[in-house]
Amino acid sequence: MKQPEPRGPVSSLLLATLNGPEQSSPEAPSTASDLAPAVRDAVAATNDFAFDDDLQLTLFCLFELHYSGIDGTSGDWEWNPDLIAARRFLEQAYEAQLRSATTLPELPAPTSADVAAGLFELTGADGGPSMAKYVAKQATEEQIGEFLIQKSIYTLKEADPHTWSIPRLTGRAKAAMVEIQADEYGGGVPERMHSALFAQSMRGVGLDDGYGHYVDDVPAITLASSNLMSLFALNRRLRGAIVGHLAAYEMTSSLANRMYARGFRRLGFNDAVAAYFDEHVEADAVHEQIAGRDLAGGLVEAEPDLLSDVFFGAAAAAVVDTWMTEHILDAWKVGSSSLRSSASVIA
Amino acid sequence: MSAGQHDDDGVAEDGAGDEAAAASIGPRQTIVAFPNGPLLVRGDFDIVDPDGNQLRRSRKTVALCRCGASVIKPYCDGSHKLIGFKTEPES
Repeated sequence: MKQPEPRGPVSSLLLATLNGPEQSSPEAPSTASDLAPAVRDAVAATNDFAFDDDLQLTLFCLFELHYSGIDGTSGDWEWNPDLIAARRFLEQAYEAQLRSATTLPELPAPTSADVAAGLFELTGADGGPSMAKYVAKQATEEQIGEFLIQKSIYTLKEADPHTWSIPRLTGRAKAAMVEIQADEYGGGVPERMHSALFAQSMRGVGLDDGYGHYVDDVPAITLASSNLMSLFALNRRLRGAIVGHLAAYEMTSSLANRMYARGFRRLGFNDAVAAYFDEHVEADAVHEQIAGRDLAGGLVEAEPDLLSDVFFGAAAAAVVDTWMTEHILDAWKVGSSSLRSSASVIA
Repeated sequence: MSAGQHDDDGVAEDGAGDEAAAASIGPRQTIVAFPNGPLLVRGDFDIVDPDGNQLRRSRKTVALCRCGASVIKPYCDGSHKLIGFKTEPES
């Protein structure tokens, strides 16, 4: 990913550190050891971690070292202990905020059938404002472009965070995760990878489909939505949460994507642009069944202690999604852009 | 489908040669009837129209509509949730 612009003192320090050599020397002293204390102080001072631009960008960049890397910086940074220490402070703060912001339903019995039914009930509850309804009926061409830009931060690497869970799962849950992910990755056809279909949609409306191209344009909450997945995905102890997160995404996808496709066609975009959304109507009607019964249900039957975290992951997905939707729709309702700068919207 | 060919150990009772070997590691096809949802078809199968022509199919495992409300039949589009489709009578 290209180097983003810093958004405050902590992300400035991180990016400056990453631009130096990983091995500190007298000639090139590293600022890496300053990072964790700076993060700790900033975490203590922030009012709302999910909406804190400086800290969400810092966490996003630290996670990105494990995905595409950051252009122009050494790959050696990935497992640098000072950076991992800083990441731990950020992860603890975010997880604490999420745990307090989510309300878990009464947990079902730890059986596959009851876990699936409980997840369908949780994700079927009214979740506040609907981005899908707005896009279907009201979004302007400029807003639908912004919608794709907001979505691109995660969707150009769609499925990647959840893939981290595969070696942490066994048996029925592992087979289910692999079956879903194989479909996400196009069943062996690169052009059918969901991230590739999304890139096609971006090109079709005149946007740049380069991974991370719009990272400077999106608000903290959009980074927070992606960071949520990486937090659950890169910590083995949270494997229940990443599974619950995927189940929630699958269970809220088919009907929403039908409405998104309708919105793009209403504005005159062609089938190639709508293909990503059409694909999700059909694919996620398959995935939600596998995710509920075999993935989440299979995991809980194998590891009943993870029941609560499965529902935490699903609830956290809904909470952060609602925050992001509110941020975007609130901006649009007063005729503003939901982006930090509107310079890069459709030409 | 092939589930009926298996005994409780999942081993084919009367298969021979390659078929028996394949069956011993799992059924060739299964149809999973999901409560209040679609029929999930997994394995080696074709979906054809009444004249035997292959229908459009873009994935290995498919969910077939059984509530009647899908707009992408024969595939499921999640509409069963909107119409409150129940596979079991309300008790």
